[in-house]
Amino acid sequence: MKTIILKTASKYLLPLLLLFSVFILLRGHYLPGGGFVGGLIASIAFVVYAFANGLEQTKDLLRIHPGYLMPVGLLIAFVAGISPMFLSALPFMTGEWFAEPLAVIGMVGSALFFDIGVFIVVVGVSLTIIFTITESA
Amino acid sequence: MLIAILSGFLFAFILVFAGNDLKNKYAIVSAIVPFGLFVYFLQFTNRIAAGEVIKKTYQWIPSLNVNLGFTLDGISLIFALMITGIGFLVFVYTAAYLKGHHYLDRFYGYLAIFMAAMLGLVLSDNILSLFIFWELTSISSFFLIGFNNKEKSSRQSAVLALAITGIGGLLLLAGMLILGNVTGTYSIAEMLSSQSIISDSPHYIIIVLLLFGAAFTKSAQFPFHFWLPGAMKAPTPVSTYLHSATMVKAGIYLLMRFTPILGSTELWNTTLIIVGAVTMLYAAIHTIFRTDLKGILAYSTISALGILVFLIGLGTKDALLAACAFILVHAFYKACLFLVTGIIDHETGTRDTTVLSGLRKVMLPVAIAGILAAVSNAGIPPSFGFLGKDLIYESTLHMGDMAIVLTALAVLTNILLLYAGFVAGVKPFTGKLPSQFEKVHLPSYLMWAPPLILAVGGIVIGLFPGIVEGALIKPAVTALGANSGDIHLKLWHGFNTVLALSATTIGVGLLVYFVLKPSEKLVQLAQKFEIISPQHIVESLAYGFAYFSSYWSKIVQNGYLRNYIATIIIFLIIVVGYTLFNHTTFEIDYNSFAKLTVYEILTLVLMIVGILFTVFTKSRLAAVASMGVVGLAISLIFVYYSAPDLAMTQFSIDTLTVILFVLVLYKLPKYLNISNTANRIKDGVISIAFGSLIMVLALEVLSQPQNTETSSFYAENAYILAKGKNVVNVILVDFRGIDTFMEISVLTIAAIGVFSLLKLRLAKKFRDK
Repeated sequence: MKTIILKTASKYLLPLLLLFSVFILLRGHYLPGGGFVGGLIASIAFVVYAFANGLEQTKDLLRIHPGYLMPVGLLIAFVAGISPMFLSALPFMTGEWFAEPLAVIGMVGSALFFDIGVFIVVVGVSLTIIFTITESA
Repeated sequence: MLIAILSGFLFAFILVFAGNDLKNKYAIVSAIVPFGLFVYFLQFTNRIAAGEVIKKTYQWIPSLNVNLGFTLDGISLIFALMITGIGFLVFVYTAAYLKGHHYLDRFYGYLAIFMAAMLGLVLSDNILSLFIFWELTSISSFFLIGFNNKEKSSRQSAVLALAITGIGGLLLLAGMLILGNVTGTYSIAEMLSSQSIISDSPHYIIIVLLLFGAAFTKSAQFPFHFWLPGAMKAPTPVSTYLHSATMVKAGIYLLMRFTPILGSTELWNTTLIIVGAVTMLYAAIHTIFRTDLKGILAYSTISALGILVFLIGLGTKDALLAACAFILVHAFYKACLFLVTGIIDHETGTRDTTVLSGLRKVMLPVAIAGILAAVSNAGIPPSFGFLGKDLIYESTLHMGDMAIVLTALAVLTNILLLYAGFVAGVKPFTGKLPSQFEKVHLPSYLMWAPPLILAVGGIVIGLFPGIVEGALIKPAVTALGANSGDIHLKLWHGFNTVLALSATTIGVGLLVYFVLKPSEKLVQLAQKFEIISPQHIVESLAYGFAYFSSYWSKIVQNGYLRNYIATIIIFLIIVVGYTLFNHTTFEIDYNSFAKLTVYEILTLVLMIVGILFTVFTKSRLAAVASMGVVGLAISLIFVYYSAPDLAMTQFSIDTLTVILFVLVLYKLPKYLNISNTANRIKDGVISIAFGSLIMVLALEVLSQPQNTETSSFYAENAYILAKGKNVVNVILVDFRGIDTFMEISVLTIAAIGVFSLLKLRLAKKFRDK
């Protein structure tokens, strides 16, 4: 779809939506949001961009195939899960938190990293499926 | 002893690496394995003859009571010597028979595995390891029958044999497990002391029937006999080794082994006598209607197995003695006849008995072997066969009221077997030599020596029965639980009824041989009855089953996604609906509902409009878009009922779904008649039914008393334990974090699935496969 309005808008929408998705991801522990929704919003950001500028350009923008995001996300989530086992000999998936909140981000703990893993996996999965289907259709 | 049993497996394993070197010049070297084993077991004969029973136990899986316990007693020794001795001859024979064959190493490998499995089977004391070895013999037999795997008939026969013996294996496992439970032990030796527990147990009948199922399928008893003639598609060494001398006798071995434990009941004896008698006579009659030498031998083998089952069924000391002797007799002459047939086939290229004659002029040693074997088979003195047949008549004559009937059956069978033996062992060598066979020459001594050894052995033992009497027969009878003290094998018993019966058998048998000539007409006559044969019935059942399953798959697995979904939904409606209306009282408390607000009514209207538009629009894209509207309206409802997380997720998912649909539909051609009216009505009915069901279900859930324990636990502990205030998210990433982890893994798998389904481009050589 080559409309000049969408094309122009998408240039600004992409960074905004991505920022929004990170925002949703970080606030998840206290307010509505989380890794899953954040990941979906991030994928929508790229899909909107792809609608306006074509698939090839979006791929160039991403530089890597979204499929590679899936193992990365799984690895982060897994490491977040096992970290308590090594850091303080607690069972798998026990929440571990820094005592003081960080500026801007807020409380940081293993659950946040787990959520980041979920975020990345969701982006990888939805973009892989959509890109694959777009190319084959 | 463990090493002795495993040596076959080891040898097969070595062949994987060394096979190429072995199969050309040095094939004969492989015969060292069975020969070594034969010598190894031979050295036990003195100890066994002295009444010793040799036992070795190795721990294997102690927690499951599976030990590798081995027992060498009289029966085991007979079988072990047969397996290794005939194995040695067959290994030697094969070196010449399949000389230069591309897969000779493979063949030796299968044979070695079979030999090891068979040894394990007859030496096992633990019934579970016995079962494992039993199955291994079936499997190695499958590979050997299907050795010429480029021929369709070979493959079919292999599958048939595996199916029949495999079913038997399962029955054996079931029987063994029940037996183990009843007695509390898996050791055969220990079971011997708990015979009364077993026969008093309510499971006795089922144990015996399962054991019979196993033995009858393996030993080709009527009506499971038909796999054996098919198994003759295998190369002749296999027919010799597995399907006449050893493997098919595994069922006999099983029956013998369990005679002291389960035997001496009416069920045991009567069943075995009837099945054995039917098999021996049925198969013996069949030999008349065959012209293929191997076919004749196959049926005469079945008949001989029938005799053995019959004798075990008689169960008296005389009968068991006869069975032990007859196993040896049969192994000698039948293996020899098979090997002779193999040579004839190998040199002349035919096994048709109507064509073959006069071959003695070109292959004298083979002719001597064949004729001597036929003599032993016929029970003409002074062969070992004469002795064996005398023992059979001796045992049937002492059966009281039934003596006349049983003896008549035995005599009739033996007459027909004599005919079969002569057709296979004498007819090809006598008479005139047809001109087409004049250039036939004697094969390598590696081929004719083994049958000659067996044939001469059969006569020598007949002359000097003392060779086997003390060392093999007596300990075997003892192991069967009978007193073997006064056994004395000898050729000449003086003039008595048995001698008269023997003379009758030989006389009538020879008469039949000279009067009845095998011919195509008889074969055709037999084929008319093919339709009522057990083989035909079983095959029809198998085809019927295959036909039904393909028909059923066509209905259920029709390849249309919409039908799959419809099937799933209809199934759910029926199952859930049935439970709902039959097992729950249904009442709705209207007072508990909150008042509808304006927003809700508006959202509802939005939804209904969206749905109606989706159903009636003519454009696919519009339908997808209006579906999106419905989805968004649902997320609005989530917002009203304070589930912001759900609302957000629903919103994003819905957006992405619409995008996906658009991406796919955008490229589709624009024909508009997507489905006809009938389909639409059908789909509408299904959807409305399913929707109503879900509605009823939701209302029903509401009317149940709520259990809030779980939700209040999460609400109270979200901050205390997980330092989070958003309970939904805390559950996702902390309390039920492992679930989430599994879910994202599943998502990844789904994405990889989509990617590989759509992107997989096979290289040319893999396509169409």
